[in-house]
Amino acid sequence: MPFVTMGTLSAIRDDPRLKWAGLALVVVALLALPFVLAMAGTAWVRITNLAILFVLLSLGLNIVVGFAGLLDLGYIAFYAVGAYVYALLASPHFGLHLPWWAILPIGAAVACLFGVLLGTPTLKLRGDYLAIVTLGFGEIIRIFLNNLSEPFNLTNGPKGIATIDPIRFLGLDFSNVTRIGEYALSGTIKYYFFLLAVLVVVIVVNLRLQDSRIGRAWEAIREDELAARAMGINTTRMKLLAFAMGASFGGIAGGMFSAIQGFISPESFILNESVMVLAMVVLGGMGNIWGVVLGAVLLSFVPEILRYTVEPVQRMLFGRSLIDPEVIRMLLFGLAMVVMMLFRPAGILPSAVRKRELAKVPDDDNA
Amino acid sequence: MPLLALEKVEVHYGGIRAVKGIDLVVERGELVCLIGANGAGKTTTLRAITGLAHATGRIAYDGREITGGRPHEIARAGIALVPEGRGVFPQLTIEENLAMGAYTRSDRDGIAADTERVFTLFPRLKERRRQTAGTMSGGEQQMLAIGRALMSRPRLLLLDEPSMGLAPIMVEKIFEVIRLIAAEGVTMLLVEQNARLALEASRRAYVLESGQVTLAGEAAALLHDPQVRQAYLGE
Repeated sequence: MPFVTMGTLSAIRDDPRLKWAGLALVVVALLALPFVLAMAGTAWVRITNLAILFVLLSLGLNIVVGFAGLLDLGYIAFYAVGAYVYALLASPHFGLHLPWWAILPIGAAVACLFGVLLGTPTLKLRGDYLAIVTLGFGEIIRIFLNNLSEPFNLTNGPKGIATIDPIRFLGLDFSNVTRIGEYALSGTIKYYFFLLAVLVVVIVVNLRLQDSRIGRAWEAIREDELAARAMGINTTRMKLLAFAMGASFGGIAGGMFSAIQGFISPESFILNESVMVLAMVVLGGMGNIWGVVLGAVLLSFVPEILRYTVEPVQRMLFGRSLIDPEVIRMLLFGLAMVVMMLFRPAGILPSAVRKRELAKVPDDDNA
Repeated sequence: MPLLALEKVEVHYGGIRAVKGIDLVVERGELVCLIGANGAGKTTTLRAITGLAHATGRIAYDGREITGGRPHEIARAGIALVPEGRGVFPQLTIEENLAMGAYTRSDRDGIAADTERVFTLFPRLKERRRQTAGTMSGGEQQMLAIGRALMSRPRLLLLDEPSMGLAPIMVEKIFEVIRLIAAEGVTMLLVEQNARLALEASRRAYVLESGQVTLAGEAAALLHDPQVRQAYLGE
């Protein structure tokens, strides 16, 4: 079976007509997706939007963890920075209402700055030590957000910031329903297309990055930092660049999160979220862009699907609900993770390098 | 003007002086070796030259002072290091490792030509070009490390214990290639514990003892020096 799939896949890859047809199919599916989901309820479109945000976050973290091999456990801090920058510049909190196209780049830049701020003192750290420092960094940012309501009210503390401006674009207000003749286009669906557009750009940037000299430098650093330096790679600059770029993507995602939610508070940026994003990267396949996308989509949807299926299934099987759905949902989720890691330790779609890393006998399959 | 000149170079690790004021010169086109016992400061000297260890004194490369330079700048200036323990990228293939060696270059044709040149020097690498470096034997990894260093077209090649941990037949092979590279005119500074092989291959040599140069001169003369024979050649 695996042999057959490999064959078909490479056939598709080799035939340009099939490749374009496949791409067109994906595009059509992605364009139709929100309308199909909306039939099942707007909640599903909203879940999809959050899933795309998590894909963006995972791609950002993948630069740091997957490409450069720097374990970051506080990544959500950059998401928080981006979200707060957006909220502060487009809400009644300071009475500022800048347009989104100005704020998103500002958010990315500020997050980038924080990335460098975290990267600079940790340049000499690796592995466990780096993980501990980044974990602390994530918590520091969250605690600051929680407490910076005094003496000067910057973040409004645990109460958070509300009535954040939605995105307004081409005369469309993304918070309302737009009527086009008979048809009503909900705000959620508009956000879906906006997020999709951003996602396409981010994926293209990531693909280009991976194949660039920068990507190769990161690869060398991940493998052996000392040897990388001997090759003439400025490891300091390259590691900072990884932190900065990862942080920028996180900042952009954060800004959009603010716009979509309309309300943010420090609670949205807890350690758990960092762990979740890391789990998406690892589960999907560190270093493989498509794997990371898949990991983020799966881990975003599976808990939601379980939320809606666990109880009906129990009723069907036992006639009543035996276990609280909330408990069993996380249990199944954890189980799925453990099983995945046992059978595909390099992730669902491992990167070429990591596949080799974990292969017992090289060049053995399909020989 | 020599290609490399060290003057009163010192390196401290914490409170310990690992290198205590070394004077050393490598002329263009020369193969010079640095021999000495374990812990004499041979590797540290190379680390000082490549900027991996902080050194005081004066290190001049091609007449320009590079003391305190950063490793990547020194590498770009044309000094390539084959590190102790080889330091290949284990998860990358032979080809990818070689491409990494040419990181600072962008002349596609030149890189392709040099890859072929490395494959001619080490036919073994060509056979295994798509295999990951980590799955190869120590000797093959050493070949790869030397090949990778050559990919940067270095003007000065530093070799740190290329014979370490290798089977005798591999050691011979490696030294054969070192002689070949030297004959092509690549300037080399070779650090070795295998003093006999190193002295036989080199033109001049320095003997390092606890961080100081105790003997220096023509390699052929040192081979017959009673002190060297007793201490390093086991006679």
